[in-house]
Amino acid sequence: MSDPILSVRDLERRYGSFVGCTDISFDLWPGEVIAIVGESGSGKTTLLNCISARMERSSGTVRYRMRDGRFPDLAELGEAERRFLMRTDWGFVHQNPADGLRMRVSAGANVGERLMAVGQRHYGNIRRTAGDWLERVEIAANRIDDKPVTFSGGMRQRLQIARNLVTHPRLIFMDEPTGGLDVSVQARVLDLLRALVADLGLSVVIVTHDLAVARLLSQRMIVMKGGRIVEQGLTDRVLDDPHHPYTQLLVASIPEN
Amino acid sequence: MTAFERDAPLLQVDGVAKSFTMHLRGGLTLPVVANVAFTLHPGECVVLGGPSGVGKSSILRMVYGNYAVDAGRILVRDRKQGAMRDLATGDPRAVLELRRDSIGYVSQFLRAVPRVSALDVVAEPLVARGIARDAAAERAAWMLTRLNLPEALFGLPPATFSGGEKQRVNIARGFITDHPVLLLDEPTASLDATNRDVVVAMIREKLDAGTAILGIFHDAPVRDAVATRIVDVSAFSAREAA
Amino acid sequence: MTALPEYNFAYLDEQTKRMTRRAILKAIAIPGYQVPFASREMPMPYGWGTGGVQVTASILGPDDVLKVIDQGADDTTNAVSIRAFFARVARVATTTKTTEATIIQTRHRIPETPMRAGQIIVYQVPIPEPLRFLEPRETETRVMHGLEEYGIVQVKLYEDIAQHGHIATTYAYPVKVEGRYVMDPSPIPKFDNPKMHRSPALQLFGAGREKRIYALPPFTDVVSLDFEDHPFTVQRFSSRCALCDAASVYLDEVVTDDRGGRMFVCSDTDHCETRRAEGHRGSGLPQLGQDALEAAE
Repeated sequence: MSDPILSVRDLERRYGSFVGCTDISFDLWPGEVIAIVGESGSGKTTLLNCISARMERSSGTVRYRMRDGRFPDLAELGEAERRFLMRTDWGFVHQNPADGLRMRVSAGANVGERLMAVGQRHYGNIRRTAGDWLERVEIAANRIDDKPVTFSGGMRQRLQIARNLVTHPRLIFMDEPTGGLDVSVQARVLDLLRALVADLGLSVVIVTHDLAVARLLSQRMIVMKGGRIVEQGLTDRVLDDPHHPYTQLLVASIPEN
Repeated sequence: MTAFERDAPLLQVDGVAKSFTMHLRGGLTLPVVANVAFTLHPGECVVLGGPSGVGKSSILRMVYGNYAVDAGRILVRDRKQGAMRDLATGDPRAVLELRRDSIGYVSQFLRAVPRVSALDVVAEPLVARGIARDAAAERAAWMLTRLNLPEALFGLPPATFSGGEKQRVNIARGFITDHPVLLLDEPTASLDATNRDVVVAMIREKLDAGTAILGIFHDAPVRDAVATRIVDVSAFSAREAA
Repeated sequence: MTALPEYNFAYLDEQTKRMTRRAILKAIAIPGYQVPFASREMPMPYGWGTGGVQVTASILGPDDVLKVIDQGADDTTNAVSIRAFFARVARVATTTKTTEATIIQTRHRIPETPMRAGQIIVYQVPIPEPLRFLEPRETETRVMHGLEEYGIVQVKLYEDIAQHGHIATTYAYPVKVEGRYVMDPSPIPKFDNPKMHRSPALQLFGAGREKRIYALPPFTDVVSLDFEDHPFTVQRFSSRCALCDAASVYLDEVVTDDRGGRMFVCSDTDHCETRRAEGHRGSGLPQLGQDALEAAE
């Protein structure tokens, strides 16, 4: 029985009297995908930002299991260590790929940046590694020197994924990774994510309003409303046998095909 | 005691109750079943019988952890640990572990994932358990061939297949592992006679190998061919008479 | 008629000089780190050396001998103006000879003659932030320097190689100081970068518009950034100075007519004059339509 890789307890984020999210507790185990589902304003993005150290929390703890076995609260880490973690052990996939890429720098440089940031100094090796990852996310090798401004939305998103994975992170945060894409393009990106998560044994926290994405990618699911968790459990159980009124409303709102 | 009962049970359902509360209908509560109890032993095929809507599918889904349980225990023998574990607690990780190694489920319809080929769909449960892709693919191909799926379809995603073809992919995927407990929900519903017979043979092989099967079969010939005994779910019905 | 008020020595008031010297001391204590300072209004516009002038004004003493060069030459407009400025407001001795100067203010070149201990070289800097081209936010670049996060500088060099096959940056080539801070050496040609490494002189950098001062104390390690498989190299000239026949110096290309005639002469005018005074002579003739400049890469 392994230990959780991420532990959240009693997390709260307030803006004055307004509650962004509150009373949030859950664990994430290695190799597991957990979906945080809810509509706009549910607090899911606030929660994601708090647990990924992008935003300060008002109270509660967020513990991360480091590679060396330590299990500190993120707030205990120095800023340098936290930023290093965010560049190596973690990934963050933004909804808008432009937020997670350097748009005016080549695809190869985008993917290689993290390697250069951790001290790699051999151009040939960096380029080769970048090329391998581009192939893995199904971007043609001859686009390695092209800038993301010339890429389609789906390509940019796949590039963002490659950029995040190059340092073999253990934990990935995703904020509506297919939110801005056409449906047919979404399918490709989702399939890619599914395969990569399985192949690399990644732990993932994915925020989405799309229940189909949650069903496809996650084993466990958290439903949020008004800043609180209203239901959580096995994804297929929550979707097939929803208990909370809000969950039932969400599930009933999907048109059957 | 039957011959099967000499072996320790693989599945034990005990005092299970389920009702649905429909909040979108003003909180209307629909009781489904209560005091569900039965036991499964290696090599047994227990068929859930009873009229449509009595709760057979719900019981099957509860046993798989897909539906929550209001009361009772669902004990599944953990293949790795050897002990019985209660799946009814709803602990997601326990359910996932049991699904990975101890209890399998063949649904009535395949849920098609875009872009994944039929072969990969069938091979996936093996790959998830650490078997090399090549070996898994080979075994998957063998299963699909046995179910008479044309080889030309192996590399295609099942989304565009006919109902019968999809179901054969579904069955291959469900039968490819060696879970000690297998749940079957109308596996032959969309199959022709030839493939029905193939599935019956596959079920028999599983039973001979010691697998315990819990199934719903509306198809009488199939049911007669595989059932060890029938559990009438009407006995557990919590519904008022219509 | 009353006399016009005299300027304070070296134009700046004493309080300003003290403030600037404090910034300079801080900069010397943290080699390569950009120290903010309260840059004053100067009698020349931004972009014309106000930072360098303020640094020079703050360290100048009545016994100093000042040399000012612009692109290596003592006789270009800016060099002449700034030298005249200090001659007027500080009445210091000025010189064109590198060996005689105690303070050398420079735009875009380091003199060919090696510096010696006791000399101070003051660089004019337009954009002090080496990370600015890829990260426009000052808040972010400060954190990057503070946490030694210099991945993006390597990204810039990577991009050069990807786009041009080699590192195409030929001036303002980024360097790492004492293994810690990444610094912009000002727009000197990369040819001059090695001169900064372990120089016996004190090197000061002033950016007036950006309000930053940074420094390299004598004998500081200054290493130009590169890749293992694309190491840093300087420009090589296949030609020699047409006037003094110097080799291995930075040459300027001078167009002599409108038929493609050109000649290559020392960028460092003092160096050239000194050699000619010693008797060296170059071919002196303009070369017709030949490209004598070859980069080492």
